[in-house]
Amino acid sequence: MADATISGGMPAGREARPVASGPVLAADGTPLKASLARSLRRQKARALLLIAPLLLFILATFVLPIGDMLFRSVENRIVGDTLPRTVAALREDTAPVPGEPAFVALYEDLVVAEEYKRHTQLGTRLNYEWGGASSLFRGTGRAVARFGTDVYTDQFQDADPAFEDGAQWAAWMADEAVRAALPETADAYDAWAQFTTEVGNDDPAEEEPGDMVYAALHRDLSAGAQPPGLPAVDVTGFETVSIKELLIEEDDAWGEPEIWNVLRLYAPAYTPGYYLNAVDLQKDLDGVSVRPENDRIYVTLFVRTMIMSLVITGTCILLGYPIAYLLASLPMRTANLLMILVLLPFWTSLLVRTSAWKVLLQQQGVINDILVWAGVVSDANRLVMINNQTGTIIAMTHILLPFMILPLYSVMKGIPPSFVRAAKSLGANDWTAFWRVYFPQSVPGIGAGSILVFILSIGYYITPELVGGTKGVFISNRIAYHISTSLNWGLAAALGTILLAVVLLLYWVYDRLVGIDNVKLGG
Amino acid sequence: MALPSYATTGQRVWHYTFRTICGLILFYLIAPILVIIPLSFNATDFFTFTPEMLALDPAGYSLKHYDDFFNNIDWQGPLWNSLKIAPMATLLAVALGTLAAVGLSQSHVPFKGAIMAILISPMIVPLIISAAGMYFFYSRIGLQGTYWGVVLAHAALGIPFVIITVTATLVGFDKSLTRASASLGAGPIRTFFKVQMPLILPGVVSGALFAFITSFDEVVVVMFMGAAGQKTLPWQMFIGLREQISPTILAAATVLIAVSVLLLATLELLRRRNERMRGLSAA
Repeated sequence: MADATISGGMPAGREARPVASGPVLAADGTPLKASLARSLRRQKARALLLIAPLLLFILATFVLPIGDMLFRSVENRIVGDTLPRTVAALREDTAPVPGEPAFVALYEDLVVAEEYKRHTQLGTRLNYEWGGASSLFRGTGRAVARFGTDVYTDQFQDADPAFEDGAQWAAWMADEAVRAALPETADAYDAWAQFTTEVGNDDPAEEEPGDMVYAALHRDLSAGAQPPGLPAVDVTGFETVSIKELLIEEDDAWGEPEIWNVLRLYAPAYTPGYYLNAVDLQKDLDGVSVRPENDRIYVTLFVRTMIMSLVITGTCILLGYPIAYLLASLPMRTANLLMILVLLPFWTSLLVRTSAWKVLLQQQGVINDILVWAGVVSDANRLVMINNQTGTIIAMTHILLPFMILPLYSVMKGIPPSFVRAAKSLGANDWTAFWRVYFPQSVPGIGAGSILVFILSIGYYITPELVGGTKGVFISNRIAYHISTSLNWGLAAALGTILLAVVLLLYWVYDRLVGIDNVKLGG
Repeated sequence: MALPSYATTGQRVWHYTFRTICGLILFYLIAPILVIIPLSFNATDFFTFTPEMLALDPAGYSLKHYDDFFNNIDWQGPLWNSLKIAPMATLLAVALGTLAAVGLSQSHVPFKGAIMAILISPMIVPLIISAAGMYFFYSRIGLQGTYWGVVLAHAALGIPFVIITVTATLVGFDKSLTRASASLGAGPIRTFFKVQMPLILPGVVSGALFAFITSFDEVVVVMFMGAAGQKTLPWQMFIGLREQISPTILAAATVLIAVSVLLLATLELLRRRNERMRGLSAA
C-alpha cells in the first residue's frame, strides 16, 4: 500500500514544488512526509501482527524451554534449600571438620529433610560430586529419627510434666518474650510444628514436640537463658550427648573433611559445577582441577562426536558430489527420474532407514550372507559392522547424503555449461576445465551442504543409539542417558548447552554463507 | 553429457567409470530401503533371505508379519496415536506458519532477520536438545506426558518447514494482484482467501506435508515428552529395534515406505502444478 502512496504522491509533489512553497501535500491534504510515515507504520504494524501469534507460540513452546535448560545447567538450590541451617553454620566455621554447632544444624536439617523425604534427593545430587554421598544421606536420614538426643526429652519431662504437654508448648512458643529468650528452641519448634502440620497432618498443639526441640531447649538453657513462664529447670546436672559424636558414630564419613568440602562447595544457589563436570574438570577448595583419569569421559565424547561428524561430512561430500554433478548435467527428464532415488530415502522415515541398516549389517544379516556366499569372508569370520563406529558412519552417511546432494545440485544447476565449454575451446583438457572452472563455482554448494550435514550429524541421537554400540555413540546419547537414566539433569543441561553453542555458531556461519531464507527443501 | 563421437579412449573409459561410480552410489542410497520390502514377507522370523525365498518358492513368503502389525495392539495403539498427534500438530503449524509467512513477506518488516532466525531455529537445534529443554520445561507446567504437550512440541518442530516452503512461494507472488483485488473493493480477508491463498496453496500443502512427516517420523522428542499413552509408531519401532528386534518391524517399515512414496508423489504433482501455473502466468 505504501508503494502506491509513494508512486501516486511523488510526481504530484514534484510538479507542485515550483508553484507552492509550503510542505509537499498528499492527495488528502496532509503533508506527504507524515502521510508516508503513517502508512509505513501501519504496514509494519500489520506485518508484526501477522507474525506475532507464531512468534509467541515459538517463544512459549520452544525458546522458553531452551532457556529453562540453560537455567538448569547452573541452578543448584537443593543444598541451600535442604540444609539451610548447616549452610549458615558452615559460613562461620571454616575448619576442615566443623565443630558441634554445625553438626547440631545438620542434625536439625536432616530431621526436617527426612520428614519431607528430601534427604535422598540431596544425597543423589551430591553423589554426582562425591561418590559416597547417596548412601551417607540415606543412612543418616534413617538414623536421625531415633537418635540419642531423647536423653534431653526424658530429663526435661522427668523434671516437670508440663514439658510433655503439646498445648503448653504451643502457648510458650506463641509468647514473644519466651521466643526471644529461647532463639534456638523457637527455631527448632517452628520447624517441627511446620512438618507436623504439613507432612503428618496433625495439630502441633496436640502433639509432644520432637527430640530436637528438647535438645535445642537444653542448649538455650545451658547458655544461661531465663525464659519467663517456663518451669525453672536446673540443666547443669543433666546428662549430655554430643551430636557431633552421635553423627560420626552413625557414619565415619561425617568425621572426614570430604563431605564437608562438598557441602561448602555446593552451598551457593548457582554453580559452574555442571559445566566443569561436562569438560572433565572438578571444583575443589583451591579452585579447579582435572578429574581423575577414569572419570574423564566427556572431552573424549565431544572429540569423538566432532571427528565422526567430520568423517560423515567428508564421505557425504565424496559420495554426494558425483551424484549432484550427474543430476545437474543430465537432461531434465532423466535427472528428475534419478532424483527420485535421492528423494525417496530423504522422505523415508529415519527409523525405517535405521532398521534397514540394522538388518543389513548384522553378523547374520544380508551383507554378511552375500560376502560369505561370494567367498570373500569365511563363515567363521563374518564381519562385525554393527554396534561400532563403522556401523554409525555407514548408516549416518546414508541418512544424511540427501542433505548434501540437494544443496549441491541447486548450486550446480546455476553454473552455466558454456563456461566449461569456453575453457575447453581455449585449450584446457577435461580435468583442467573441471578443476579450474567448474569446481570453484560449486564450492558454495559444498559449503552449504557440509555445514548442514555437520550440524545435523553432531546432534544425532537415534541412529548412534541403535547401531553405534558403545564405541559409536555421540554426546547426544550421553545427554539422553543423564535425562532418563541417571537423572543428573543439571549435567545433561550443561552438556546440551555446550552442544547448542557449537550448533548455533555453525548456524550463524551458515546464515552468513547461504542465508537462512535460501534453504531449499526437497529440490 | 552424452559422449561425443570424437571422444578419446581415455574419455570413454572415464565416462563409463564415472557412470558406474554414480550407479553404485545410487544403489547405496536406494538398496537398503528396497531390501526391506521383500524381507517383510519372510515366512520365518529371520532377518535375511532364506533359501526358499531365493528360490522364489511361495512357501518362503507369508503375510504373517503384516497380520501381526495390523492385529496386534502393541502396533495398532502406536499407529493410532501417531495418526492422532500428527494431523493436529500439522494443523497448528500450518495455520500459524502461513499467517506468519504472509507477514514476513511484506516489504517492511522490522527485525526480519532476527524473527526469521528464531522461527527457523527448531529445525537447526539438535532434537536431543529440544527434547531436553521441552522435557524440563513442560514437566514444570504439567504438560509433560500429555497429548497436548506432544502436539505443541511437534507443531514447534514442524513450523520451520511451513515457513520455508510458504515464504518460497510468496517470493514469486505478484503483489499487484492484491492491490487489484483491493481496488475492486475486496477486504483484506477476502483478498487473502480468494486471491492469495489459491496461488500459494502448493507451498502451503507442501509445508503441511513436511510438518506432517516431521511429526509422524519424530521419535526423540516424543520419547521424552510423552507418557506410555502417547507412544507413537516410530517410538514403538525404536523400542523394537533396541530391545527385542521382532520381524514385525519390517512390516511396519514397509507400510511407512508406502506412506513416503505417497507423500513424494503428492509433492511431485504439486511441483508440476506449480510449474504449469507459473508458466501460464508468465505467458
